Amino acid sequence: MAEKVLMKGNEAIAEAAIRAGCRHYFGYPITPQTELAAYMAKRMPKIGGVFLQAESEVAAINMVYGVASTGKRVMTSSSSPGVSLKQEGISYIAGSDLPALIVNVQRGGPGLGGIQPSQSDYYQATKGGGHGDYHLIVLTPASVQEMADLTSLAFDLADKYRMPSMLLADGTMGQMMEPVILPEEHVNRIDKPWAVTGTQMQRKHNIINSLYLVPEELERTNFERYERYAQIEKEEVRYESYMMDDAEYCLVAFGIAARVSKNAVVALRAKGVKAGLIRPITVWPFPKAPIAEAAKHVKAFVSVELSMGQMIDDIRLAQNCEKPVVLCNRAGGMIPDPAQIIAAVEALKGGND
Amino acid sequence: MAIVFEKPKSLTDAELHYCPGCTHGIIHRLVADAIDTLGVEGRTIGVAPVGCAVMAYNYFACDMVEAAHGRAPAVATGLKRSLPENIIFTYQGDGDLASIGMAETVHAATRNENITVIFVNNAIYGMTGGQMAPTSLPGQVTQTSPYGRDVATAGYPVKISELLAALDGPEFIARVAVNNVKNVRNAKKTIEKAFRNQMEGKGFSLVEVVSSCPTNWGMTPDQALAWIDEKMIPYYPLGVYKDKSAEEATK
Amino acid sequence: MTTQILFAGFGGQGILFAGKFLAYKGLMEEKQLSWLPSYGPEMRGGTANCSVIISDEPVGSPIVSEPDVLVAMNLPSLDKYEDAVVPGGMILVDSTLIERKVKRDDVKVFYIPATRLAGELGTPTLANMIITGKLIRECDAISYDHLEDALHKVVSARRANLFDANLNAINCGYQYE
Repeated sequence: MAEKVLMKGNEAIAEAAIRAGCRHYFGYPITPQTELAAYMAKRMPKIGGVFLQAESEVAAINMVYGVASTGKRVMTSSSSPGVSLKQEGISYIAGSDLPALIVNVQRGGPGLGGIQPSQSDYYQATKGGGHGDYHLIVLTPASVQEMADLTSLAFDLADKYRMPSMLLADGTMGQMMEPVILPEEHVNRIDKPWAVTGTQMQRKHNIINSLYLVPEELERTNFERYERYAQIEKEEVRYESYMMDDAEYCLVAFGIAARVSKNAVVALRAKGVKAGLIRPITVWPFPKAPIAEAAKHVKAFVSVELSMGQMIDDIRLAQNCEKPVVLCNRAGGMIPDPAQIIAAVEALKGGND
Repeated sequence: MAIVFEKPKSLTDAELHYCPGCTHGIIHRLVADAIDTLGVEGRTIGVAPVGCAVMAYNYFACDMVEAAHGRAPAVATGLKRSLPENIIFTYQGDGDLASIGMAETVHAATRNENITVIFVNNAIYGMTGGQMAPTSLPGQVTQTSPYGRDVATAGYPVKISELLAALDGPEFIARVAVNNVKNVRNAKKTIEKAFRNQMEGKGFSLVEVVSSCPTNWGMTPDQALAWIDEKMIPYYPLGVYKDKSAEEATK
Repeated sequence: MTTQILFAGFGGQGILFAGKFLAYKGLMEEKQLSWLPSYGPEMRGGTANCSVIISDEPVGSPIVSEPDVLVAMNLPSLDKYEDAVVPGGMILVDSTLIERKVKRDDVKVFYIPATRLAGELGTPTLANMIITGKLIRECDAISYDHLEDALHKVVSARRANLFDANLNAINCGYQYE
């Protein structure tokens, strides 16, 4: 078995990306994801790859667009304000049906916000983010191991469905160190006949484009894309269910919030309260089915978030508001502690009894 | 019968959408001629801008990528870094290159990114219907400078060739025009050189082509070509602004 | 068994380094663990801190809010975290830099003049490792095993000459009564 190493989450993403065959990285400095760029700056030149510090996040995402057009694996990383700047490019990448990986190590907002961990880019990540109808496949790691594993997966899914994927992490996940078994070197070689590589005078020219001036045509590309999205919603949902079998109170949380929530579940169980946790690993596609299933036997849901309550909407929708959903949150870079979550569940329990 | 004139192979059979009298057609042809002459069509990838040339991807027969407004040099950077053996060019207008894409332009130049940039300067936003461009002349009347460009509030035109030539990075910066036969011939040579530089690994080569927009200038094609001589060229003098290899050779 | 350790002090005192060393030690002992630094303004504002959790089970939250062990290397850190330590827990104090005594009487307290001892050893920047040595000695959950292996992981090859100095500092703390 591969050796366990101790790594920061940001570094684990970088190494996993390299092992997934990514040889092109473009970024612009921003806290708290700088270790990722630094790792790439160190490693890429030694393995014949490209690290380029772009003049802006806007330029970086368009460099990503360029490499993605050639069919090669490519990524960029940033944190919230920088990811906002990338939205135009992400929309073009989605509109041109190109695979690419965007990493968002979130910090508090809005505006310049702060530099402490946050999950307040949930709407931006899961509901499109830029202009037009589109989605990203959004994966939310809750450990350094998952920072690595989901990076590999994100590249594979992006290639498979010809669309951008996003790793939605936060400052804590980026900065923390945990033992990690790095994924094996692998390249998912999917044929990419659409890529621009030069015609070699062997074929008609390929065009990478998101412009369709004929509305019927543009509508058709949108419908086709959404058929693909429907398939993804059917086949690519990932989540972890923790102590849900007999749960009466279902916490829903991802990333660092899920880690804290697990502690709360253990503590609540010790007190005899039947709590459980559903941890979405993909937030788009959102694990609607397990939430709907849980709604049949739980008394209420608690959405534990590092935001003012964004995922809570999806929990309500997933079960058609059948059971109440309350928010247990901190914002602006603060992280809820288990005691706050325990109190939230106990308050619900009081209301129910 | 001997064929004395034909369409370059690097242009498709698609009918150009440009207005009558517009010089984009000439510039497309010159770019395609260069690609043909150098025999690189099979390994060339072009980047189209947002602006009048947005649909250039339909006209060039090589692989093409359509970029967001102003981002062509960044997209080209990605393409070139991914495929260093391929020939990568961008084709951009003045709004795209000198306004919204200024940062991408300057930084691709300062990195001496080994790409070829064709910069069409017609002193106006054509596709959106004739608004003031970063290169509109002082006093020039446009839809958004109806009383003439007032330098006190709108500032002065951006002289891209002079500006980029001041950088240490770029290999080759030149300004040409396509308003008469002599200028077209020179433009053809210069554009070819900008592509050849890339093949020789010399680096960032930009050709600014002073161009016309009869429709939005409110002129006949003839008047527009004359206006280039009378107004544009005095403000935007033609010539080679930087040729690093030539300068080093004479040292 | 799970041990939650909070290192706290000024930026520049090697708080993160000491935590990283213990994390590697946990890794070598095939324990579950996490290491989480504070980052950003807090470093400038006075206290840098670092959460280390070493456990036989998967680690839940990596944030140590109720430490079993607090290492306080300056007064603001002791003031800030003293009350958070779990009853029966442990506080290690650098008594060179912190003049006051710990107010709690339900925790084990060790006063180590780490900064002074580091100076006497000729390695004034290694107070962090002296106090870590004492932690290893007093904390049942952390053994002396794998100490050198872990140290090799955190002292980069470039600075191999610092290995002996670090080991010396750890041993100095370990033996301090």
